[in-house]
Amino acid sequence: MTPRTSSETSTRDRAAPLSAGFPAVRVLEARLLAARRTLRSAVTSALLNPLLYLLAMGLGIGAVADPSAAADLPGGSYLAFLAPGLLVASAMQLAASESLWPLMVGLEWNRTYHAVVATPLRPVDLVLGNLAFVLVRAALAGMLIALVIVVLGAAPIGGALAAVGVAVLVAGAFAAPIAAFTAKVRSHPAMTALMRFGIVPLFLFSGTFFPIENLPAPLQAVAPVSPLWHGAELARLAALGAPTAWHPGAHTGILVGLLVGGAVLAERPIRAVLCR
Amino acid sequence: MSELIVEAEGLTKRFGDRVAVDAIDVKIAQGEAFGFLGPNGAGKSSTMRMIGAVSPPSAGTLRVLGMDPVRQGVDVRARLGVVPQEDNLDRELTVEENLLIYGRYFGLSRRELRPRITELLEFAELTERRRDKTETLSGGMKRRLTIARALVNRPEIVLLDEPTTGLDPQARHILWDRLRRLKRRGASLILTTHYMDEAEQLCDRLVVMDEAKIVAEGSPADLIAAHASREVVELHVAEDELDLALLDGVADRIEVLPDRVLCYTGDGDGTAALLAERGLARAGIVARRASLEDVFLRLTGRTLVE
Repeated sequence: MTPRTSSETSTRDRAAPLSAGFPAVRVLEARLLAARRTLRSAVTSALLNPLLYLLAMGLGIGAVADPSAAADLPGGSYLAFLAPGLLVASAMQLAASESLWPLMVGLEWNRTYHAVVATPLRPVDLVLGNLAFVLVRAALAGMLIALVIVVLGAAPIGGALAAVGVAVLVAGAFAAPIAAFTAKVRSHPAMTALMRFGIVPLFLFSGTFFPIENLPAPLQAVAPVSPLWHGAELARLAALGAPTAWHPGAHTGILVGLLVGGAVLAERPIRAVLCR
Repeated sequence: MSELIVEAEGLTKRFGDRVAVDAIDVKIAQGEAFGFLGPNGAGKSSTMRMIGAVSPPSAGTLRVLGMDPVRQGVDVRARLGVVPQEDNLDRELTVEENLLIYGRYFGLSRRELRPRITELLEFAELTERRRDKTETLSGGMKRRLTIARALVNRPEIVLLDEPTTGLDPQARHILWDRLRRLKRRGASLILTTHYMDEAEQLCDRLVVMDEAKIVAEGSPADLIAAHASREVVELHVAEDELDLALLDGVADRIEVLPDRVLCYTGDGDGTAALLAERGLARAGIVARRASLEDVFLRLTGRTLVE
């Protein structure tokens, strides 16, 4: 290759940015630009909430719990058991809240998505761009929680970071199907119901705050229905090296399946609203 | 005729059983300001969304800039600027950021966009408000920003759906001025409106739509010539207080509305004088030029804005 052609190539590369081949990046960029505005409150709550939970529950409840029972938990203390679970549970909550009301703002309330599909971008770019935004947010929020976990001595730094990776996967496994749900129902009561009767019970009963072995047997049996349970199992493996109930590949496969399946399912109802 | 930018034949849009656009034929040439005139629900917006390559036609053929807007939607939209009926600016972003992000949606680089945004802010007279959130803008400013946003990719066609609905008269005139400037720069404008004066102000050529169909086509002057007389004398009197016999022979054609009578005539002053002679002057007489409103009334038997 002559020097001349290579310089032409590099000019063309600069003119055609990354987003040219993957236009969803432009949606991600818009979301990040808007999110910058609320960065301070997002960082504060991302730090403060897990810190309060870990202090109140991890140390507080950990202190009244039977120490010999806690010693049998993965990680050897209640705080160490709780920390990875809390990390993935926060990721789920973030993913759910990002995929409910903000989606409605775009589809109906401010109709900003209608402006997006009038450009070369397509509904699929919106789905993927928003999903990417949730993953980025979950990664950043996860890092902050990991920081708290490491400072409190609940997990080694490498383990905490690996668990952030799991949290990002959990965020995607919830964000994609919930986006499909929102676009399908487009109803405030249905969204509130999903939060109240879906997300909150999962938050409490997915082995995040206590081992599911402590639940009555019938409830234990339904734990695998909860994506968060799979996430909590994986997060404890990542953070503490704790053994998982199923093969780690199976837990991972279910979460990846939800992410991919959800993204595929979300495109059609979103297109139905925007391109009718 | 110069190059066609829109060619529609038998273009149809159905939503379930409802036919929103019923087999319309439209040809729009490059550089034209073309209008779809009609009341709400006539099918104007559905037509615009099909031309805008977001809504697939149910039947018929449609070419936009020589392309198929369904199969080549991305390429079509890259060359269009769309001003929707509703305000869908991003309220989380500032004026300037709305333009930046929209430019990025078209894949334009930030370096390319910087001078363009400065220019667009000037065009929209929003330079001073560039760092303000859009929710603090007045209705007229939001419309101007939406138009500026639609120009960020230097579109060949600008689609405007009801561009001045809901604006006060002054804001409308500013907007019309901006749109005429745009046209002088060579952009083709396609707009919908249910305002007669807007159609007369902006359109070189228009179609009148009613109940999903095109009922007339031509320049505003042609349509007035073909479907109305040159002048109209309005007699403001309630239908039940009027002796219709008194109106015999005063005009070429007479239209009786609940609150007024329209006398279509070639000679407004003559007709007005005749009406005064017959003792109808105290009811209030206004002579004016015929408008598209009269065309619409003639074609559909209904007034445009109820």
